[in-house]
Amino acid sequence: MTSNSSLVEVSDLKVYFPITKGIIFDRVIGYVKAVDGVSFSIGQGQTYGLVGESGCGKSTLGRALIQLTPATSGTVRFSGVDLTSLPREQMRAQRRRMQMIFQDPMSSLDPRQNVESILSEGLKAHNIGADRDERRDLISRTLDSVGLPQWALSRYPHEFSGGQRQRIGLARALVLSPELIVADEPVSALDVSIQAQVINLLDELQSQLGLTYLVIAHDLAVVRHISDVVGVMYLGALCEEAPSDDLYRKPLHPYTKALMSAVPVPDPELEDHRERILLKGDLPSPANPPSGCRFRTRCPWAQERCAQERPELRLVEGHKVACHFAEELSA
Amino acid sequence: MSLLDVQELSVVFTQRGREDVKAVDGVSFRVGAGEIVGVVGESGCGKSVTALALMGLLPEKGVVVKGRAEFDGMDLLALDQRTMRDLRGRELGMIFQDPLSSLNPVVPIGKQVTEVLTRHRGMANDVATKEAELLLDRVGIPDPRRRLKEYPHQLSGGMRQRALIAMAVACKPRVLIADEPTTALDVTIQAQILELLKELVHEDGTALIMITHDLGVVAGLCDTINVLYAGKVVESAPRKPLFATPNHPYTRGLLGSIPRLDSVRGEPLNPIPGSVRDLLPWAEGCAFAPRCERVIETCIEATPELLGGPHKYRCVNPVLGQSAGPEHLLEQE
Repeated sequence: MTSNSSLVEVSDLKVYFPITKGIIFDRVIGYVKAVDGVSFSIGQGQTYGLVGESGCGKSTLGRALIQLTPATSGTVRFSGVDLTSLPREQMRAQRRRMQMIFQDPMSSLDPRQNVESILSEGLKAHNIGADRDERRDLISRTLDSVGLPQWALSRYPHEFSGGQRQRIGLARALVLSPELIVADEPVSALDVSIQAQVINLLDELQSQLGLTYLVIAHDLAVVRHISDVVGVMYLGALCEEAPSDDLYRKPLHPYTKALMSAVPVPDPELEDHRERILLKGDLPSPANPPSGCRFRTRCPWAQERCAQERPELRLVEGHKVACHFAEELSA
Repeated sequence: MSLLDVQELSVVFTQRGREDVKAVDGVSFRVGAGEIVGVVGESGCGKSVTALALMGLLPEKGVVVKGRAEFDGMDLLALDQRTMRDLRGRELGMIFQDPLSSLNPVVPIGKQVTEVLTRHRGMANDVATKEAELLLDRVGIPDPRRRLKEYPHQLSGGMRQRALIAMAVACKPRVLIADEPTTALDVTIQAQILELLKELVHEDGTALIMITHDLGVVAGLCDTINVLYAGKVVESAPRKPLFATPNHPYTRGLLGSIPRLDSVRGEPLNPIPGSVRDLLPWAEGCAFAPRCERVIETCIEATPELLGGPHKYRCVNPVLGQSAGPEHLLEQE
């Protein structure tokens, strides 16, 4: 499952946010461990899906990957270059190769800029295209590829529907011909019929342009549909990683099992006979995670060992699982 | 025997100098005690406006509500504000999508729950507090006594939604309207809340109207499902036939555009082309015609009628026979 040429290699990445107290002098009284030691790699041309519930650190991980949020420790290698130690100017040059798509296209597009101006901003920043005509040529080709009409150039974001706005966001990323696209909840703000259009578009663009995707989403069905490899996050750490089909056919980590069983399937016959693992309670606070295994407070199979030792990701039946009892549970 | 009988409900928003907007256009459905009826559709199809109209929560100015909603021999739509206020909370409960914006941020949870009890059940404060504690416990909030003193921002999303449900069921309403009650929540929490709603319906015999965009949610929960498009019911059926043989091309299209956990991977989805904006006014034909792949000439000649037995659909060229669902991987397990 690991591709021999990985584009992105993340190792032991940590992102901590300080919690401060004090009126004049801030005192650091603790840390929110949003991402706490995550390692994974994304192969060239692959789609890596990151799922997890809100607050598990998946968005922070995505942002730290392209250095929008500074990492506390750990490394991110992008085609061999360590981004975490790169000087600012060199990082800026690298940014062209990695672009991001956001969840809510309305708040990530400037309402006062027309589409042409939105799309040419990146080109100007990276000195692509000699003059306005050359840039316009590039932009109109990009509009074609995301399925937007040419008249869109002079329009403003509010004149478009949600699905079209997401296409503008995608065009803004694509116009710089990046290698990696980090998509943070790319379809969750869209209606289902539009969602499918955008998912298909992402698929098509990947096969045409050989893009590598990191897709962050909370919708397991969407992630499964577009990803080659899926990583499941819980409270700042990966608890399971496996090729998409394997993960869904046989989840090994108790959290993955519970997550999978909680997703409603639009089929009444199936819904009536499904076994649901109902988890108790909510996500614990990432400022004060439980000792040992982070999932143990909600895990139906938790035992004493889980409170003492933090399980590491290890290979079980082709999955990487962070659970002491993965073998027993899979039997 | 149905408890709430909605007939030909229509809601029109008017604004001077602008064209009238018909948000709901002749919607009819019934709910019986202990029954769950689903209203499904994409944004802008009129599902939330239907709920607000039934609860009498639409503004008086600029809105024209027509039709009947029979409840207990009364027409909910014709009642005056005072009677409606008494019914709301006692006989009719409502759960909203976003618990943070429907709870008062500066009032402790306990006060907000007891308010319903003192107002509608005439309880004294100390009795109401005890009852509130029981209610919070029933909806699965751990340590209810402590939670009663806390403010909404101190609770997690799932817990806020539970508190809101506790308030809605405090007076054992006979009709409960839930407008996207789980959309803002994570799947594991969603599963907990849906289980809770099911329990409440079975134990108290409440009639539940479930408004959602998620076909997966209604598949496991509802007895009857109404699919809305541009303000009209386009298909209405008991849940099993609806999912097994969707007759309306829109329902079929919706099912085809959802990636499913149990479908075969690697196949592209079949989205419905265009967007909800591309519609024809119902008066001129079928509103879905501009996006429909089965469109024929009769579609744009007259408004199609909602016809059929228990499985009704509004289409002159329906999909008959085949199942829309992909092969089930889960079933082979």
